[in-house]
Amino acid sequence: MSVATKSEKIQRLAELTATKETGTGASLWREAFRRLKRSKMAIIGAIIISLFVVLAIVGPYIAPHAATAQAWRGEVFPNRGEFVGPRGENWFGLDHLGRDMFSRMLIGARQTLLVGIIATMIGLVTGFLIGGISGAAATLGGDAGKRIDSVIMRFIDMLLAMPSLLLAVSIAAIMGQSLTTVMIAVGVVQIPVFARLLRGSMLAQGGADYVLAAKSLGVRKRRIVVSQIIPNSLSPVIVQATLSLATAIIEAAALSYLGLGNPDPAIPEWGVMLTQAQRFFDNAPLMALYPAVGIIITALGFTLFGEAMREALDPKLRG
Amino acid sequence: MSLLTVDELTVTFGGRGRKESRAVDGVSFEVDQGQVVGLVGESGCGKSVTSLALMGLLPDKGVTVGGRAEFDGTDLFTMNPSARRDLRGSKMAMIFQDPLSSLNPVVPIGVQVTEILERHRGMKGEAARKEAAHLLDRVGIPDPTRRLKEYPHQLSGGMRQRALIAMAVACAPSLLIADEPTTALDVTIQAQILELLKELVDQEGTALLMITHDLGVVAGICDQVNVLYAGKAVESAGRRELFAHPTHPYTHGLLGSIPRLDAPRGESLKPIRGSINDRVAWADGCAFAPRCDRYEMGCLTGTPQLAEPRAAGHQVRCVNPVLDDAKAEEVPA
Amino acid sequence: MSLLELDGVKVHFPIKKGVLFDRTVGHVYAVDGVSLKVEAGETYGLVGESGCGKTTLGRSVLRLVDITEGSVVLDGTDLAKLPNEEMRRFRRRLQMVFQDPLGSLNPRQNIESILSEGMVAHGIGKNQEERREKIKAILERVGLPSNALARYPHEFSGGQRQRIGIARALVLEPDVIICDEPVSALDVSIQAQVVNLLEELQEELGLTYLVIAHDLAVVRHISDVIGVMYLGSLVEEAPSDTLYAEPKHPYTKALMSAVPVPDPEVEDRRERILLTGDLPSPANPPTGCRFHTRCPWAQAEKCATERPELKDVGGGHRVACHYTAEIASGELAPTRPTGIEAVTETEDALVKPAEGEAEVPAALLPADSTTKPDAPAVKEKVPAAAETPGDPAADAVAKDQDAATPEASGKGPAGTD
Repeated sequence: MSVATKSEKIQRLAELTATKETGTGASLWREAFRRLKRSKMAIIGAIIISLFVVLAIVGPYIAPHAATAQAWRGEVFPNRGEFVGPRGENWFGLDHLGRDMFSRMLIGARQTLLVGIIATMIGLVTGFLIGGISGAAATLGGDAGKRIDSVIMRFIDMLLAMPSLLLAVSIAAIMGQSLTTVMIAVGVVQIPVFARLLRGSMLAQGGADYVLAAKSLGVRKRRIVVSQIIPNSLSPVIVQATLSLATAIIEAAALSYLGLGNPDPAIPEWGVMLTQAQRFFDNAPLMALYPAVGIIITALGFTLFGEAMREALDPKLRG
Repeated sequence: MSLLTVDELTVTFGGRGRKESRAVDGVSFEVDQGQVVGLVGESGCGKSVTSLALMGLLPDKGVTVGGRAEFDGTDLFTMNPSARRDLRGSKMAMIFQDPLSSLNPVVPIGVQVTEILERHRGMKGEAARKEAAHLLDRVGIPDPTRRLKEYPHQLSGGMRQRALIAMAVACAPSLLIADEPTTALDVTIQAQILELLKELVDQEGTALLMITHDLGVVAGICDQVNVLYAGKAVESAGRRELFAHPTHPYTHGLLGSIPRLDAPRGESLKPIRGSINDRVAWADGCAFAPRCDRYEMGCLTGTPQLAEPRAAGHQVRCVNPVLDDAKAEEVPA
Repeated sequence: MSLLELDGVKVHFPIKKGVLFDRTVGHVYAVDGVSLKVEAGETYGLVGESGCGKTTLGRSVLRLVDITEGSVVLDGTDLAKLPNEEMRRFRRRLQMVFQDPLGSLNPRQNIESILSEGMVAHGIGKNQEERREKIKAILERVGLPSNALARYPHEFSGGQRQRIGIARALVLEPDVIICDEPVSALDVSIQAQVVNLLEELQEELGLTYLVIAHDLAVVRHISDVIGVMYLGSLVEEAPSDTLYAEPKHPYTKALMSAVPVPDPEVEDRRERILLTGDLPSPANPPTGCRFHTRCPWAQAEKCATERPELKDVGGGHRVACHYTAEIASGELAPTRPTGIEAVTETEDALVKPAEGEAEVPAALLPADSTTKPDAPAVKEKVPAAAETPGDPAADAVAKDQDAATPEASGKGPAGTD
């Protein structure tokens, strides 16, 4: 056989071989991101979220009126049930004190987003630390570690056993009425959720073969936790964090609704606005509708995105 | 006439925006009454999908089944769904690879067996229970009356597989499809189950379609063997013929790469290079070409057809088959 | 002196119960007194069925499970007594290749990072450049493309992943590699590639292997000496050819006769010794000889009461059976059927005639009735290692992915491995 035909043969074969090897070096994170980009749910969620974020950033600057401007005070008489609905100058109408609802919604977006993010961060960071310690102790700490884990988890169970709203209300009651209180209260309620989630995930990963392999390589325990177990336990926590943003906003609204939110009229927040609107619901239902719809759409955005992430991060759906 | 005739069966997954993949790409074979026919191949060769297609157990969505499968004179793919359900479990039964996940974990074995008897044989109450105990006894489960009350997790792997076989043979099916029935079991238990299946076939005249990756199992039990590769049968012959004269380079290579318990030591294995991922689409040529030592230009001019280059009834899909017996002898035979 | 010596190794996993305070209610005798020697440059094959403790034994050598009793001596150092940190450093000399090539690779690390992990832990290589060079050389040696470095485990085929696993062990230049079912999760055509690779590496680098597998044919092919395990202890040990030519222990005989051979001529001629019943629970092992509940040659007295020691019968052939000579000479006739009756007749019927003969100790009853039906429930709290994770059951899943319905695996079944 001549050399020419041999190389020809090999070339022809190479042309036809359906190479399955991607060879791209795409990590699981990158693959998940690619799947996320293909998901309609994720895109809708992302659009809603980015609109909300943009609103939160530029809202206070583009608002046509100041949050406290009571320019139309003389036109609104809550006692008599006289309110002003949407009109050319005030797109969303006026509230009970004669303030422009549209401006207050724009300015309030920032507070609402901040409450959601900070509350979730409080829950996430604290929960992550507690869950991480507990999970690391349980998987690699031997008998002593199991005992530590056991103690931590019983404490978390106690937190979890308390009705979340009650817990939040008592925290708020201790700390007084402010936006910070609301954030902390909502955040603390999230702690056990994140802690348990991370610990459970770590426990499941702790039994995986690659952890055993790392042990057999002689890798130090701390490094096994940091570079092997935790990166593989993150997915559910990330998903939960996104979904938590939605619940945090709603829960913050609920606390504000109970009158625990920031009373400062210069810093409107959708939850507080909803509370105030409640008193005039009979005469001015629209006043409640704007913040309510705002909260719902935002929460929906985070939920959609979170669910899409859950699907994208699921290794079973790879391909 | 054959009990089961499968003609150019194709199964395609995908659609709905996803890339289509053809798991089974034109497989034809026949199973006669009382015959044991083997479908052999490695993962991704389409053997399990073939069995699921025959049983009608593939999901409706995203799967296209083509070709024809005639069982006992009726076309399985065109018959109405309820008639097919009746057929399944009565005249055609299946044994799965993983006995634990094929049994309902929250229902006692007895109920699962009597259910079949009630549905397909119209038995009731005490009669059904007696028959169920008899069936368990038949497959060698000790103390069958007590076992009937137990749950799947209380039985060992071997016992579970026996229970599954008892359920499969409950209605004296004329065709039994066994999908890797012993892969999940230890060798000594595997030997028990294989002997049991052999005995059932001998005594009841049941036809058995044996799906496995283990050529050793095939050598012991199958009358007729079909070797599948990438969704197509590449070689089909009686078992003695096949093992004595493996003619397709893939079969030949497989036999050369299996360590044999009875082979002289020190003889090194001759692996097939590459993996199933290195392949040519059947439409362009032989899917095995990239891994084949006998590959030549002719392999890439369209789908190779089944031919009988060696003996009548020994079909081989290869343009450059291993006909040289001296070469075949290299394989410990 | 041998490179690796195990003496009386026992690994007992406590079975714990209780809500707040765990109480030990029993033990799983996963490994119950195993002594063996592995010579430098040789391959010791450990074979047995799932639940026999072979995987646990392999892990105990690396101290991935706690050794309850006994010593593991590598090159003069007793690993069982080493403090944790010293043991960690010692692991460089003892490496492991795992059964599940995908599961044993961290899915979120690329190949370079996976292979560097061990080198970093043991301070091999001054910097990443140096390590990378070494990794490249090893990857080439195990037959992986050099562009593999930046890729992730899921981008490789099963055989390639196992090569990565082997490379990971090799970069540390170990003395002994423990291969736990190195090929059982791979397709048949790929198995031979990996077996050949292991053999070539041994020849080139003078490696010592402890190969753990359930596939007797693979073990016989690769090993110089084979040990057969049953329910936590060795029942027979012999040079590979001797064991195949004249298996002496009844269990080995049965095991050997059960291995299917891809040759109809052999299959048709062979006489199978079929065993009755199943493996007893290692949490509740039979008294005396562990195998007497299933042994076709079990005798009424000694077998049930006295545990046989491994005795040398000449030529490095060690057997743990009271009646080795009598069975070999044919003096003893089987007391249980070994043919098809062993499968189809229910065992009660089989035992009854024996009961009539003499008073039969309860131990002679088939395994099934001596193992309590609640045994699996008790097992639940046992550490995963005791279960010899996914011996054949997991293989089965891994081996034949197309068995899973395409919906469940979320991908087309053809070639998506």
